[in-house]
Amino acid sequence: MPGVPLQHVLLVGLVLFALGLYTVLTRRNAIGILMGIELLLNAANVNYVAFARYSGAPTDGQIFAIFVVMLAAAEAAVGLAIVLGIYRNFESIDVDATHALRH
Amino acid sequence: MDLGNAASVAYSAPELILIAAAIGIVAADLVVSAKEQLGAVALLACAAALVAAIGLRMPFSERWIVQGLLHGAEGWLWSRMLVVDGFAVFFKLVFALAAFVTIWMSLGSAEVQDGDEGEYYALVLASTVGLFYMASAANLLMAYLSLELVSLTSYVLTGYRRHDRRSGEAALKYLVYGGVASAVMIYGMSWLYGLAGSLEYLKIHDALTHGAADPLTVFVAVVLVLAGFGFKIAAVPFHMWAPDVYEGAPIPVTAFLSVGSKAAGFAILIRLFYPGLSESGEGGAWAPLAGVDWPGLMLVVCMATMTLGNLAALGQRNVKRLLAYSSIAHAGYLLMGFVVLNDTGLRAVLFYLVTYYLMNLGAFVVVMVVANATGREDMDGYRGLAWRGGAVPAVAMAIFLFSLAGIPPLAGFVGKFYLFAAVVEQRFYLLALVGFANTLVALYYYARLVRTMFLDQPRGDEGVVALDAHNAFLLYFLTIPTIALGLYWAPVIALAERSVRFFLG
Repeated sequence: MPGVPLQHVLLVGLVLFALGLYTVLTRRNAIGILMGIELLLNAANVNYVAFARYSGAPTDGQIFAIFVVMLAAAEAAVGLAIVLGIYRNFESIDVDATHALRH
Repeated sequence: MDLGNAASVAYSAPELILIAAAIGIVAADLVVSAKEQLGAVALLACAAALVAAIGLRMPFSERWIVQGLLHGAEGWLWSRMLVVDGFAVFFKLVFALAAFVTIWMSLGSAEVQDGDEGEYYALVLASTVGLFYMASAANLLMAYLSLELVSLTSYVLTGYRRHDRRSGEAALKYLVYGGVASAVMIYGMSWLYGLAGSLEYLKIHDALTHGAADPLTVFVAVVLVLAGFGFKIAAVPFHMWAPDVYEGAPIPVTAFLSVGSKAAGFAILIRLFYPGLSESGEGGAWAPLAGVDWPGLMLVVCMATMTLGNLAALGQRNVKRLLAYSSIAHAGYLLMGFVVLNDTGLRAVLFYLVTYYLMNLGAFVVVMVVANATGREDMDGYRGLAWRGGAVPAVAMAIFLFSLAGIPPLAGFVGKFYLFAAVVEQRFYLLALVGFANTLVALYYYARLVRTMFLDQPRGDEGVVALDAHNAFLLYFLTIPTIALGLYWAPVIALAERSVRFFLG
């Protein structure tokens, strides 16, 4: 295969995954966490497309990546609706500000 | 046998019925003003899906012959994306029944009645479609899609009470934990795909058995995938969402999540880990892939799940939250049958899911009856329940709780007996000991609630609990099988035994 070796692409995926996980664990803002989830999903997408490029049966991985993009959009729609509802009830989208449930 | 697309349509009858009903309800919601009619349609759709799922077990040409239920057709659907076999159909029956009881509950729930009911029923049906597909997914892509279909609808259902702060907060927590868990899961799946070169479970199995994939990499990928599946069954350490979500969601939704979603998590877990990542051997024994020690990992997860669930339940004052921790503990009990690596263990899991379905849904029906009448979910709201009009719910609750605790002669006892028998048979003595200690701990908090209902006298500020005919029928519908299954369980265990059959074409 010409060009970039597979390992380098996988490394990009791993870095994206680590960044996404870091974002999810450190952000207190609900929108920030949703963005972290998007990073995690895209890390997986990079892997799928890379593996598809370098394997014998390329369509599977590419189709999976397309479905992930679609479901990420669906999840963002549901997520933002829920965050909007939270803002109306709590006047904040900080996940620490919501205390109606006992810990 | 690959069934081809024309036959696949016929075999997808249960899902098609549910999808048609969900779309029909969304459309009818615009014109119908009597919303309970929409609920009735949803109820009928679940019953029809149940009948259609029973029909799946028939040989294709002679569907009306009842004996076919125990033999039944097997094969690939939709170009090997889905599979129909005994295992899938067993779970479809459980899901159809779970959705049926959930909608029945919703029709008598004050929490559901003051919202947008049309959307609610459509979402429950859509979620049920996802559960159905989770049971028959034979491909990583289908597994992910079905799991997300269930998750997305569950997030919305959890936040159904739009102006209730608890409901909104529960939905947000569910969304955040669920989003992270499924994202981590598909990252793990991408590694499995890369290592095996295919998304199909069987091809992954062949590639990993015969190929030169590094066992450690496979193990890491498997752990990442477990994040998503463990989230669905609420196993430690992916259980943190469960208490908050169970407490905040409307009661019928909580019941649906605790039974449907958990059972589907087990279905998807077993299908990937048994036919996918293990080798079937003599006498119903299974052996994991060489070098990939997932049974050892799951053994630790299993013991941690039941212990943490039960210990956390001890201090709870909110009954919904207590049942949430109890359901985490039950995920641990169910995993006992999963880690012993043989068909006897799987049979015990399937049987226990049926008993768990009855007793857990039943307990939530009583919670709903009490909440409808008094608006209370805390333990003080149950003080002297038997002496202020709620004798029937109190007795039913006692039966369900004792069944959850595993006291004979109730269904839960028989279920636990099969689980422990499978564990002892395989000489997992430590696991059996931990499980037994947990059963004793659990008995304490179940018995405490029973004592509150019967031995404590009401102080007069708890309110009267009246039982209407609708919910009374529902209670009998769940109580009678809970007792009956504790006395005569042969048909169900026979069905479970025959359902531990994976189509490997």
